[in-house]
Amino acid sequence: MTYASSKTKESRVTQSGEILFEDVSKTFESEEVPAVDSVSLQVAAGDLVVFLGPSGSGKTTLMKMVNRLYEPTSGKIWIGNEDIQSLPINDLRRQIGYVIQQVGLFPHMTVKKNISVVPRLLDWEKDQIQSRVNMLLDLTGLPETYLERYPNQLSGGEQQRVGLARALAADPDILLMDEPFAALDAINRERLQKELLRLHCKLDKTILFVTHDVEEALLLADKIAVLRDGKLIQYDTPIDLVTKPKNSFIEELVGTNNILRRLSLVSINSVIKAQERGSSEEITDIQISDAAPTISPDEDLRTALSLLLSSGSDYLRVEESSGTELGLISMEDLKEMLSSNQLIEKKKCDEISD
Amino acid sequence: MRYLINNLDLVGELFLEHLQLTLIVLFFALIIGVPLGVALARLKWLQGPVMGVLGIIYTIPSLSFFVLLIPIFGLGTTPAIVALTAYAQLLLVRNWLVGLTSINPAVLEAARGMGMSGWQRFWQVEFPLALPMLLVGVRLVVLSSIGIGTIAAFINAGGLGVLLFEGVITANYNKIFSGALAVTVLSLTANYGIRTFEQRAERAIHGAQVNH
Repeated sequence: MTYASSKTKESRVTQSGEILFEDVSKTFESEEVPAVDSVSLQVAAGDLVVFLGPSGSGKTTLMKMVNRLYEPTSGKIWIGNEDIQSLPINDLRRQIGYVIQQVGLFPHMTVKKNISVVPRLLDWEKDQIQSRVNMLLDLTGLPETYLERYPNQLSGGEQQRVGLARALAADPDILLMDEPFAALDAINRERLQKELLRLHCKLDKTILFVTHDVEEALLLADKIAVLRDGKLIQYDTPIDLVTKPKNSFIEELVGTNNILRRLSLVSINSVIKAQERGSSEEITDIQISDAAPTISPDEDLRTALSLLLSSGSDYLRVEESSGTELGLISMEDLKEMLSSNQLIEKKKCDEISD
Repeated sequence: MRYLINNLDLVGELFLEHLQLTLIVLFFALIIGVPLGVALARLKWLQGPVMGVLGIIYTIPSLSFFVLLIPIFGLGTTPAIVALTAYAQLLLVRNWLVGLTSINPAVLEAARGMGMSGWQRFWQVEFPLALPMLLVGVRLVVLSSIGIGTIAAFINAGGLGVLLFEGVITANYNKIFSGALAVTVLSLTANYGIRTFEQRAERAIHGAQVNH
């Protein structure tokens, strides 16, 4: 699927989704302590990176320096090979998608007008805008009948979907999301988190995502940057953050000792692979019963544990959706995985099916 | 009633004069007040002093204000327009400013973050969203100008006040009644007309279906 014409791609001021923070600091005028303190960070193109931290940690400030809503006091931010300070500010912003917690839809514009704001700023052709809007509605799971509705006729979850569609409108390489789901109820939040994962796998955008919700960070992130008092404390994958926390702050924040959380980060698949590497005789020793429940290799170990406990079975049969049996998984395996250091994180995109 | 029927030409002429005075005042009030409101919305520290001055101006009794301006502008419509425009600023700027500053900050942040320039933000977002409050200001300016404008007849500015003053001097109650009736008709019509626009603008920003 192509998302925008090549014509619009060529006129862009940046061509990359790679972001580099180079010793970035920000001190607000009225304050003495820096909000962001010498942060250096590299975000690979196409990654979903979560800025995680308590309020006042500087995570939002750090993100807002990317579309220059704030200017750094010192340090540089690069997108690809471009120092963003050298770029025309509105050109830069028009090609970075921006989603905020309060959504900020324009109440006097229809859904269609809202979504097409940036394409209209960029003088796209009418036909091109129309087809783009239709595509985005489809992508964000909104019915076409919503085109002529106004924001206050939509629910909170629907509004944020429109917000997301609006941010994606001009096919940006980079998406900034400032606690986008924090104001939603639990059901809608979970639904939109899953949709975001699906979109991220499908669209290949670099996403910077600010949150104070650890669960959300662990669920969504390719890498997590933990901030406190404006300083970058640790920048790692979710699994490394949980298993190799740099200090007690991280330990407490992500719940290193929380067994369920550790289990939820590991896929069944990685257990099967570990078994393959080790001795395979054990498996044949076990009496296989057809009554044992089956589980998909894409599920995580937390699900496996709960299934083991609820079914009372000694083991689970790991089966792909096609019916191919991959192996067995028992309580012993779970214990082993927890003690071993060879945890393989579940591949986020694998579990996404269209 | 008889006076009104017999002098319909005169009353009509004064009516139009009054309307003209009101529209001229509204024109100048908007030219000054709209940019002033935008400036105050941007520069918060200016709000206190400027609104204070406008408030003080508003408390000057109209007759003395008109008379004070005669040495500078002479008799006629000019001092009336100046005084009424000065009064209008408080009503216009206060409402317009409320409209501008009560826009959801998230909406403005989104507009900025999406790369709208200052002008684009103003015309595409701020103006339409603050328009209902601007129209409230416009309505108040028109109504107060119609009302205070009657007094301007005292300094030769014409308008329906002429009937009132002449009626009082000659103790012609029919004349007074005709003048008062005409002013009332003018006020009610203006109020109703502007109210309609207000409601339309209000509906537009609250997203109900607008009839085009």
